[in-house]
Amino acid sequence: MSGTERRAAREDGRVFVARAAVMDAADVRRALVRIAHEILERNHGTADLVLVGLQSGGVPLAERLAEAIAAIDGTPVPLGRLDVAFYRDDIPLRPVRAESVTSMPVELTDRVVVLVDDVLFTGRTVRAALDALADHGRARAVQLAVMVDRGHRELPIRPDYVGKNLPTRRDELVEVSEKGVVIGDLVAR
Amino acid sequence: MTEVALPRHLLGIAGLDRAAIVELLSLAASFSEVAERPIPKVPALRGKTVATVFFEPSTRTRLSFESAARRLSADTMTFTAATSSVTKGESLRDTVETIEAMGVDALVVRHRAAGAPALVARWVTASVVNAGDGAHEHPTQALLDCYTILEALAPPGAELPGGGDCSGLSIGIVGDVAHSRVARSCALAFEALGAAVTLVGPRTLLPPSLEGWPVAVASDLDAVLGELDVVYLLRLQTERMRQARLPSLEEYRERFGLTEGRARRLRPGALVLHPGPMNRGVEIDASVASEHATLVTRQVRNGVPTRMAVLFRLLGGAR
Repeated sequence: MSGTERRAAREDGRVFVARAAVMDAADVRRALVRIAHEILERNHGTADLVLVGLQSGGVPLAERLAEAIAAIDGTPVPLGRLDVAFYRDDIPLRPVRAESVTSMPVELTDRVVVLVDDVLFTGRTVRAALDALADHGRARAVQLAVMVDRGHRELPIRPDYVGKNLPTRRDELVEVSEKGVVIGDLVAR
Repeated sequence: MTEVALPRHLLGIAGLDRAAIVELLSLAASFSEVAERPIPKVPALRGKTVATVFFEPSTRTRLSFESAARRLSADTMTFTAATSSVTKGESLRDTVETIEAMGVDALVVRHRAAGAPALVARWVTASVVNAGDGAHEHPTQALLDCYTILEALAPPGAELPGGGDCSGLSIGIVGDVAHSRVARSCALAFEALGAAVTLVGPRTLLPPSLEGWPVAVASDLDAVLGELDVVYLLRLQTERMRQARLPSLEEYRERFGLTEGRARRLRPGALVLHPGPMNRGVEIDASVASEHATLVTRQVRNGVPTRMAVLFRLLGGAR
């Protein structure tokens, strides 16, 4: 579930009710460590690497991933925080809110960017993120890491690193937090 | 972030509550970051058209709005009364309806008559932004001034500087308050964010009635100068001299100008703002104006992200 959907849900007076825990805190931690190894393996280390968390759900995961990579490889990786609000394709359809100010510690030209988000769903947030990244320089490559891939893609986008593939119904919601991953529904109050 | 319904138009600060102002300032903070990028432009308002419709001369406000619209990828149209059919006697209503018929999503209106943008808002389906109407309001100026003050006082790196809170600040608005739309908008906005506002000026340049103004009044600048955290100087509209409201410019400078002597008596860290254009040597001494302590350049710079925030907020979402 994207931040936009979360807020849209609150606006119409519905609340998120968890139905089942899919991953616990230890599962999320193990998945992050595995993804950290995969990123290092695929890119042969941390040279030119930049992690970019998507506001707001991707940012804490990107921070933890940066810690995991530093713990394995011993080198710190630059960490950016990207807000894609102004690049969304649903601006003409509904009020789009900026989550937070973007911060990009380095120019992205010739860097390898790993975009990090909590849940991959329609792919529209990632599409917006790719456009937003282009305004920070021409990356040599962009890869995508997500904690949960829940399917229902509307665009030709696929993740490079996945914590868990989770089959879902379209109307279900997936929430990722420090405590783990839960699946649930929006229920009228 | 809490949800705040902003109406379709921005006609004044009156009618905006603290939450609505803070939301616009948070957006302005996001757009400030955009301005620092290698490509300082976002596609947010692609396909939208913003028309600036100015019946009064202005350079900085019109350029600032047009720059804001372009950085949001909107198209812009410019209308200035001096080169238009208004000189042939076309009415305000016919003029704005003609412009709207060309397909615009927002009209940014400046007019010498108070209330003109509100009238325009009743005639058109486009969003209307008040860019200054008579001595009534100039809301985007007040918003950018709030942003500038918060930014100057906040530690670097804060997302919305100061969290949008001006509590405990003492702000003096000095000069020709009676003829100033900036003074009204700023007083309302500063007060909404929690600041204590004092209007300072000769009785002849204060509004005849201050009912509804959430302010204190002083006619002796020296008496309050040492208590002010922010000194907001208004432009002295020298044409008022002819109306015998002031004995002379020199006497005005003596009593209300930010002279070198007064600048030395400011509180340490006090901020000095001026909406421009400045009359150097009247409301502010040339040497004081050039000092780094004044935030005039920051005000101009912050105008663009602030107006981006307003346009994005009014033009985003379904109509």
